[in-house]
Amino acid sequence: MNSIAFVAIAILTLAAALAAATLQKLMHAALSFAMTFVGVAAFFFLLGAEFVGLVQVFVYVGAVAVLIVFTILLTRRDVEDTGRPNWGGAIIAIAVFGGLLWAILKTQTLAIAAPPIEPLTVKRVGDVLMTDYVWPLQCVGLLLTAALIGALILVMEEKR
Amino acid sequence: MTPTLQLFLIVSATLFSIGLLAVLSRRHAIFILIGIEMMLAAANLNFIAFWRFSPHPQSPTGVMVAIFSIAIAAAEAAVGLALVIAVYRHYRTTNVDQLDQLKG
Repeated sequence: MNSIAFVAIAILTLAAALAAATLQKLMHAALSFAMTFVGVAAFFFLLGAEFVGLVQVFVYVGAVAVLIVFTILLTRRDVEDTGRPNWGGAIIAIAVFGGLLWAILKTQTLAIAAPPIEPLTVKRVGDVLMTDYVWPLQCVGLLLTAALIGALILVMEEKR
Repeated sequence: MTPTLQLFLIVSATLFSIGLLAVLSRRHAIFILIGIEMMLAAANLNFIAFWRFSPHPQSPTGVMVAIFSIAIAAAEAAVGLALVIAVYRHYRTTNVDQLDQLKG
């Protein structure tokens, strides 16, 4: 694992996430959100989970980001997030970050290097999905169908 | 020097905190959803990192959990954005501060 790649991806991801959380123009923030997920996918590639990285790019950058942009365009009345910043939220987020950082840095057993592994192929992922994880897979299929129908019913025209 | 598990966990904790910041400080409903998606992505990053650094990376449990988690997050995003559109149609706003009809 390359530490230069790690630092570059970490800076890209966190800068894009900070931009998505703070930019006033909604469209700019939505594009920063897509950038964040490209960075997270790059982390998955760096960690040797190529299939999850590809799924992340397809699902988030391909589908969810487009959904968000469409929703912004459909609710065009307030395209800017005005109003004073909420300092209480920032203080809570910083406190949670401090707590997590303290816990991570205090746990000495986490300071380990990655063991060498043989690459996880898509064939192996498919094998496991169709044998050990076949019931979870069916449940996710049912959940996605239910979510599709639910989303359609929610946005249908209300009968007057 | 190669990155250790700690560094990945610190990055994911930072991403989680930024998502929490977005959820707590934004007033636009779409951006609260974006914050939730960021927090879910941080959790996925943790799953993959713990899988990669575990003593037995041959069994792809962490990868499977991450795949299912991405699918569930996509379903959540679709329903959440449909709710935002439905709320916008009804109240002509997506500002969560103005949606206080249930306030006693």
